[in-house]
Amino acid sequence: MARASKVIRNFYRDSVSLMQLSSTFAKLPGVEQASAIMASANNVGLLQEAGLLTEPVEASPNDLLIALQGDADALDAALAAAESALKQPPPSSSGNGNSCGIHPRSIEMGLGSMVGANLALISTPGEYAAAEAFKALRLGLNVMLFSDNVELKDEIALKRFAQARDLIVMGPDCGTAIINGIPLAFANVVRRGVIGVVGASGTGLQQVTCLIDRWGSGISQAIGTGGHDLHRDVGGISMLQGLKALAADQSTSVIVLISKPPSPEVAGRVLEAADGAGKPVVVNFLGTDPARVRRANVFAAVTLEDAAAAAVALANGRKPGDGGPTRPPFSFTSPLAPEQRYIRGLYSGGTFCYEASLLLKKELGQVYSNTPVEPGDRLSDVWTSRDHTVIDLGDDLFTRGRPHPMIDHRLRNERLIKEAGDPEVAVILLDVVLGYGSHPDPAGEMVPVIQKARDLAGKAGKNLAIVGFVCGTAADPQNLSRQEAALREAGVILAESNAQAVRMATSVVLEAGVVGGRS
Amino acid sequence: MLNVGLSSFADSITSAGGSALQIEWAPPAQGHQEVGRALAQLVNLPAVETANRTAFDAYQSALPVLRGVGIAGQVLPSMAERMILHSGPPIAWENMCGPMKGAIIGAILYEGWAQDTSKAEALASRGEIVFEPCHHHSAVGPMAGAISPSMPVWVVVNTTHGNQAFSNFNEGIGKALRFGANSPEVITRLKWMGQVLAPALRAGVETLGGLELKTLMAQALNMGDEVHNRNVAASSLFLKRLISALLKTRTPSADIAAVVDFIAGNDHFFLNLSMAACKAMLDAAHDVPGSSMVTAMARNGIEFGIRVSGTGRQWFTTQTPVVDGLFFPGYTVADAAPDLGDSAITETAGVGGFAMAASPAIVKFIGGTPQDAIDNTTAMTHITLGRNNAFTLPSMNFAGSPAGIDIRKVVDTGIQPIINTGIAHREAGVGQIGAGITHAPLACFTQAVSALANVVASSQ
Repeated sequence: MARASKVIRNFYRDSVSLMQLSSTFAKLPGVEQASAIMASANNVGLLQEAGLLTEPVEASPNDLLIALQGDADALDAALAAAESALKQPPPSSSGNGNSCGIHPRSIEMGLGSMVGANLALISTPGEYAAAEAFKALRLGLNVMLFSDNVELKDEIALKRFAQARDLIVMGPDCGTAIINGIPLAFANVVRRGVIGVVGASGTGLQQVTCLIDRWGSGISQAIGTGGHDLHRDVGGISMLQGLKALAADQSTSVIVLISKPPSPEVAGRVLEAADGAGKPVVVNFLGTDPARVRRANVFAAVTLEDAAAAAVALANGRKPGDGGPTRPPFSFTSPLAPEQRYIRGLYSGGTFCYEASLLLKKELGQVYSNTPVEPGDRLSDVWTSRDHTVIDLGDDLFTRGRPHPMIDHRLRNERLIKEAGDPEVAVILLDVVLGYGSHPDPAGEMVPVIQKARDLAGKAGKNLAIVGFVCGTAADPQNLSRQEAALREAGVILAESNAQAVRMATSVVLEAGVVGGRS
Repeated sequence: MLNVGLSSFADSITSAGGSALQIEWAPPAQGHQEVGRALAQLVNLPAVETANRTAFDAYQSALPVLRGVGIAGQVLPSMAERMILHSGPPIAWENMCGPMKGAIIGAILYEGWAQDTSKAEALASRGEIVFEPCHHHSAVGPMAGAISPSMPVWVVVNTTHGNQAFSNFNEGIGKALRFGANSPEVITRLKWMGQVLAPALRAGVETLGGLELKTLMAQALNMGDEVHNRNVAASSLFLKRLISALLKTRTPSADIAAVVDFIAGNDHFFLNLSMAACKAMLDAAHDVPGSSMVTAMARNGIEFGIRVSGTGRQWFTTQTPVVDGLFFPGYTVADAAPDLGDSAITETAGVGGFAMAASPAIVKFIGGTPQDAIDNTTAMTHITLGRNNAFTLPSMNFAGSPAGIDIRKVVDTGIQPIINTGIAHREAGVGQIGAGITHAPLACFTQAVSALANVVASSQ
């Protein structure tokens, strides 16, 4: 029978803990007897009497002494195990862990409670957002930065910092993303599938993902980049990262990129990367000549709808434009009064408004807006429409001090009544955006006002065409078909997409031109 | 994922089957955006993390041993002939609070530099005496913290790193110099402490061959002390060790009896030793470039100040808070002096309020329950670098007490370090009128983050 002992200097444990430790140590392999004590003269004497100590030890009452008796071969390992058990902090239990008491107040503290987290969704006021994003990145988290009003220099610094660490910054001003099937911020509940999307526009992403869902395909990932990502100084860092990630992602077989017109050099870089992605890439750079986008592996889509249709075609092994969703023929048969000539678009989605501007300009010439495609189209008074006008009610001008129009319909409702009272108006064009973050029942908010608007027009002896589309899915909390049914019942002419709605609106005023006999 | 901002986003993610944790976010750094940005650059910064490991390891491995008793003028570094030390960050005579002025007048009388209080006051206001913080001389003192050259002091050595720390002797409760009392009986007691108590203790400690303070504190924590505002167990353990040693010295038995009576009659006798031990452990962690660990929190009755390992001698100060708590009969918060003393060195070292779970009796000062004590200690785990496994907390399954305050975490979470403290009457000489719990003001930490960010940025 062999003996071994070890002194741990200046290490205090109370006697009950020591008794527990002793019995634990006695269960170590090859150990027959074990004792852990504070090395007072008395205690050391007891050990000697018990035969656990044969040699005198040099120890003070402040030292902890472990003495073992057992197999000679086993004792060294047992001593080491005993010492490390002593120095191990006690296991967490209620009243001891970080889980109890205070709710996490910082990202770092949150990481203490949710160890596996890999993404921070930041929606603080803009002036604090960059700092929070930096903290998240420094702690190894990817960032979705919903906040706006983040300075461009901060965006650049954040994205470069992230890129160097293989992390991604979605945003700032990124309203939408769908990561691993989970909708983040303003996003829809779409079917999972093989199409991956990277978008610099939140509503653009919503439109494309919802149409893909509507047409039977699904989404692998939808990555937002924020509206400034393809700015020359940012260089499309996040879009390039997103593209790279989707190119490498085995569950993605088709990629869609969405943006307003990028700076030419950034566009070049993105298109080059897209061309080399190894999978088909559909690109919708709103307002950019498709000829300048097209590459061997890159399909140019003029509208968001086209992009979704092309992606669905590719996902189903067809060529874009080959088959795909049908576009129902449309004509508005109710006669218009001769002075009813104009379209008024009242949008809650900025990208929808922009796309409408582009499409309407092509057909109708000048289209005024608070967010015009060309400077000459700027509305001098955003509160008063003229001729063909499309308004982005999500513009800062309108949202100061009130919620976004996707959440709060009052502003648009007021404007709708105003437009309906304008004798020159033929068509009112509306978007309805569903999904998380949006109003729980947009149709419920809109229907009474739409009826009132139609009544108003009716009393003036006019027919008013109200054309709209619902951007949403069957699985959205608001339920697409219920919303569509309610709007249709209220007399809204519904399209599947913004582009379709714009075409319908255009045909109303163009046909009315023929019917009304004007040149 | 973590959700910082609109809580509805977290709800949506959860209802869509994802897992989201809502952060209870408020603008950090009391809304100072520049400091908030500086803080962001320090979070998880390798240079700071490494420095903090170094600092925390030094603190954790420090081994404070009571080595003996000395005379302040002889043993304190840079102690000048006509110098009186005080608690907290630096302060000029004319700005001092009532209790501190009273204590300094008492110290002048004790030194014999003036014969009465008005002459002493005149001397002090003429600028003929240098006033410096105890902390600038490796020392700490509770309440006013007045230490003059001929006063006896505890000499504590950190045997791991070799640095020394000092503290004065505890006079007991009631009328005492540390509360600003300077009446003849106070001075008489101080004289007795210098002439009888100090030599006896010197001889006793010498006979003991020194006394490990960390293990004694650890033992006291397991006996219901938090070794700041409750020192009953520690004082008893100390006395238990001392008596037999004293009896082996040549101290006259009448003196031994007086010394034993004096110590036995003061449940706070150990406080000054606890403070010196904490100071010795924290000084070992001081001056590590880049470290965001707090190495001192101290109050002078006007300002609350902290020092940080990576920012050297600099103090970060703000107005000191008034403590609310329980008051002795006849007193209210209106009578209270603002928070005073170097004793928050204990919290800085992971005991005191940070080890409140060890000392449920203390929460009675705020009408709390033992669970509140555990909650307070748990809260401190969120602003500290680690746990001191030498200081175990029975009610928390013997977890170590949270230690090593990180200025980044304080500023990021807004969780303020908790401090258990006695409350002095705002007028000199009345003495202690209560005790309670207070919190270190955030402004000190906000300034410190800003300063550390500058230091770190300029060294990169």
